[in-house]
Amino acid sequence: MRVTCPYCGERDRREFTIQGDDTSLRRPGRDAGAEAWHAHVHLRDNPAGRLREMWYHDPCGAWIVVERDTVTHAVHGSVPAREAAR
Amino acid sequence: MRVANKGLTQGARVIPFTFDGRGYSGLEGDTLASALLGEGVRLVGRSFKYHRPRGVLSAGSEEPNALVTVEGVPNTRATVQEIWDGMAARSQNAWPRLELDALGVNDLLAPFLGAGFYYKTFMWPRPFWERVYEPFIRRAAGLGHLSGKADGAPFEKAWAFCDLLVIGAGPAGLMAALAAGRAGADVILADEGSRMGGRLLAETDPVDGRAPHLWAESVLAELAAMPNVRLMPRTAVTGVYDGGTYGALERVGLHGRARADLPQECFWRIVARRAVLAAGAIERPLAFPDNDRPGIMLAGAVRAYLNRWGVVAGPRVAVYGNNDDAHRTARDLAQAGLKVAALIDMRGEARVEGAAYPVLTGARVTGTSGRLGLRSIRVDGLGGPRELEVDCLAVSGGWTPSVHLTCHLGAKPVWDDRLQAFRPRDGAVPGMVVAGSAAGRLTTAACLADGLRAAAEVLGDLGRTVPPMELPAAEDAPHAVAPFTVGEGSRQFVDFQNDVTVKDIRLSAQEGFQSVEHMKRYTTLGMATDQGKTANLPAMAVLAEALGSPVAATGTTTFRPPFVPVPIAALGAGGQGAGFAPQRFTTSHEASVQRGAAMTEAGLWYRPSYFPRPGEATWRQACDREVDMVRHAVGVCDVSTLGKIDIQGPDAAAFLDFVYANTFSTLPRGKVRYGLMLREDGFVMDDGTTARLGDRHYLMTTTTAAAAQVMRHLDFVAQVLRPDLDVQVLSVTEQWAQFSVAGPWSRELLQSVVDADLSDAALPYMGCAEVEVMGVRGRVFRISFSGERAFEVAVPARHGAALWRLLVAQAESLGGGPYGLEALNVLRIEKGFITHAEIHGRTTAFDIGMERMVSKAKDCVGWAASRRPGLLEEDREQLVGLRPVARSGQLTAGAHLYGRDAAATRVNGQGYVTSVCWSPSFDTSLGLGFLKGGRARHGEVVRLVDAMRSVETLCEVTDPVFLDPEGGRMRG
Ligand SMILES: [Zn+2]
Repeated sequence: MRVTCPYCGERDRREFTIQGDDTSLRRPGRDAGAEAWHAHVHLRDNPAGRLREMWYHDPCGAWIVVERDTVTHAVHGSVPAREAAR
Repeated sequence: MRVANKGLTQGARVIPFTFDGRGYSGLEGDTLASALLGEGVRLVGRSFKYHRPRGVLSAGSEEPNALVTVEGVPNTRATVQEIWDGMAARSQNAWPRLELDALGVNDLLAPFLGAGFYYKTFMWPRPFWERVYEPFIRRAAGLGHLSGKADGAPFEKAWAFCDLLVIGAGPAGLMAALAAGRAGADVILADEGSRMGGRLLAETDPVDGRAPHLWAESVLAELAAMPNVRLMPRTAVTGVYDGGTYGALERVGLHGRARADLPQECFWRIVARRAVLAAGAIERPLAFPDNDRPGIMLAGAVRAYLNRWGVVAGPRVAVYGNNDDAHRTARDLAQAGLKVAALIDMRGEARVEGAAYPVLTGARVTGTSGRLGLRSIRVDGLGGPRELEVDCLAVSGGWTPSVHLTCHLGAKPVWDDRLQAFRPRDGAVPGMVVAGSAAGRLTTAACLADGLRAAAEVLGDLGRTVPPMELPAAEDAPHAVAPFTVGEGSRQFVDFQNDVTVKDIRLSAQEGFQSVEHMKRYTTLGMATDQGKTANLPAMAVLAEALGSPVAATGTTTFRPPFVPVPIAALGAGGQGAGFAPQRFTTSHEASVQRGAAMTEAGLWYRPSYFPRPGEATWRQACDREVDMVRHAVGVCDVSTLGKIDIQGPDAAAFLDFVYANTFSTLPRGKVRYGLMLREDGFVMDDGTTARLGDRHYLMTTTTAAAAQVMRHLDFVAQVLRPDLDVQVLSVTEQWAQFSVAGPWSRELLQSVVDADLSDAALPYMGCAEVEVMGVRGRVFRISFSGERAFEVAVPARHGAALWRLLVAQAESLGGGPYGLEALNVLRIEKGFITHAEIHGRTTAFDIGMERMVSKAKDCVGWAASRRPGLLEEDREQLVGLRPVARSGQLTAGAHLYGRDAAATRVNGQGYVTSVCWSPSFDTSLGLGFLKGGRARHGEVVRLVDAMRSVETLCEVTDPVFLDPEGGRMRG
């Protein structure tokens, strides 16, 4: 699989560490309550199709948001997490 | 035998080789198969299960029969392996010798050894399976044998990138590569053969008015001259992966005598923006009784051996087929002056004009004879049965497109009535176009045109245009083929390598294993090293017939990589022995090794376990001495492997407050603080100390084990969770050498190399300073992982080796010396300091007694989840110290804890032990562990039980800090 790092270009997936979907971009406030935190920490959708995921490019240290199809494994682009998070 | 005036190898150098110890010779360019056929050798091996005599079936990598051991490498395909001077090959699966095989008796037992035999017969009595049945089956069945020794031969792996990967250098592949090359694309042309050209080397019909191999040569010469084209012969593309990544296996040195400086094979990962699959087609054998005798070969292979290598399996040949292409084999044989005993076509409607040999249409081969090689065949047709004396029978059931690579991403091929075979599904692999006979276009003219079409299509995607090109003239004869049918009789082999017959497949259907995937596993069809390349389609046809359904409905089994066997040695090239993983060495490594230190692995790092002295017989003696040395004099230890992360920026303090459970914004400059880091789920991630070097500048240390994980986490926090903070984080682990100097004399030692005031007033406990170390700018931290007065001194890594030698020499003058990981571990257990043995991912700040460190005044990673009521309950397993009631009592890490009088059962479990040591300071074993409600149970006696090591010890529960609970030794 090939993934594009917005800083380094297209690379083999072995250069990356993947950390699941992009739930972490929507971190609840400290006092959002047990239910919200339970959902944030433990509950994930598992769609067949397009999914936004958090990938770490180990050589350059960039976290990126990759849109990937879990059925075809096609990669539909990526943006720096720093931008997606703002 | 060799055929006069035939073959592209005419006049080539003579090459001697041996087979089963007998000397033979072939010509340069011969495969072992062609050379043996040239020497009149038809019998090359015994079959897997019935030990039946077998010979060469095919002329390519699809070969099921002719597997031999070459220079110790088993299961080498004789049809692929080129010969070299002095090569020694041996047959397989025969004892005592190929012509007289004791286990040939299995063939007589064949009626009892059908599909499912092992499952049914060897079930009972159960204990017999391991001791009797399995060893017997393993001896009787199987192919080559491994030497049992490590394979020391060199292998290689490599990456390649291109615009266009063309797979296969037959007519379609050559045409596609030529068009793309002329269009200026960066092209790789890979072909599994030793010589490129594919079927053009095996046929006689002219291309562009020339012999087909001459046209191929001219195209290859043009391609070789193009700087943008790479030719990769002897390279089989083995797999298709996501994103245009292809696996390929190149035989780099396998076609010659082994050389230490040349890899045997290289596993390539090729990244291609587009690919043209021109992998060709594989001919199907036919099913008839005893259709596996040496001398019975695929018709296209007979043609290839004749036209390319100038050899034939014997002077008298018959041809048997159900399609037009078989006729071409009879024609070529006759033109070469060989006796064609008959051309037998199953189809009653087949027509052959002006043949110089008997043509039997609507006839079938119903039996064969010849113990170690074909002697005669029995033909049933118009006018009754007849016997024909032949040495070779060329069979053809039609051609099957090589769809394998198109299925590797999950696509299923589609049935094609015209081909009586499956062909690739359109768009099966993104970026890949299939051309030529792989796409079911079987004539040379169609292949050439299709190669050009495919090139134009992918070059359009790549933004290039094909320059005007003319298609060379070539044969375009019809390729009609009849459906695969089976006659009467037994021993009609379908899968030659796994000895699966028509009867086995019918039995499978009868016994309810009717899905093609079930049939495959019940009969083991297609599960041998050839993966059923010649067997699959005939097997589907037999199954479909047995079920009374069309083949299209039966479907195919799943095609998975690799297309040809790939040695693990090639996939893992460079990963053996010390090269298995990268090695990280500290700057003191060389000096430690010189002192005879026992080195141990800590992640990728190598660290000294202990430094033995003369007279010390065990590690414990060295370890006890080193602990004593630190407690009573001074010790030096390399701690450079701890992760060091530099954190700078206006918001560095706010960043650390968010990362750590405790507060760092309040830490004064020139001070160090212990920090506890949580995961978002509230459990402890890591711990370590962080120093404030400036208002906007911190230096964090992490544990050795979690250094990479923490760095990734800090990047995550900075970029994902808190992009609002202006902060930069950078790993500087490799940039700094850092040494711990610990013990009562640590200040005296360090003062001798550091040009700064190290008194308690100037540098109190948990203080830090930038200092001159022997004229070099360094840092000193007053921190302790041993419980003694201690410092850590850091210098740029290039000065590490020199500082280490100096510190050790100075320590020795003070009655101290270096200490290793074993002593470091004892020192920290005596002091109750935790490592990842305790913060193992399932413990919270509450569990380790640090809940008060989790600041309630701010948010941090893990704050909300750490407040969950279940994580704060008093009966959770809490960190405690353990000390045996009897001084000599044994403690073991991993042991479980129970109430003093409770049975050692799961429901009575009270906790477990994480760290143990022999403590020279207390003259007893000490342990750390987790015990339910442990903090309230100090003084209680519990029972430690280690069922694995048969240890049972009564222990007193204590505070985890055994040594100097007030901390006077560290601070003073
Ligand atoms: Zn990058």
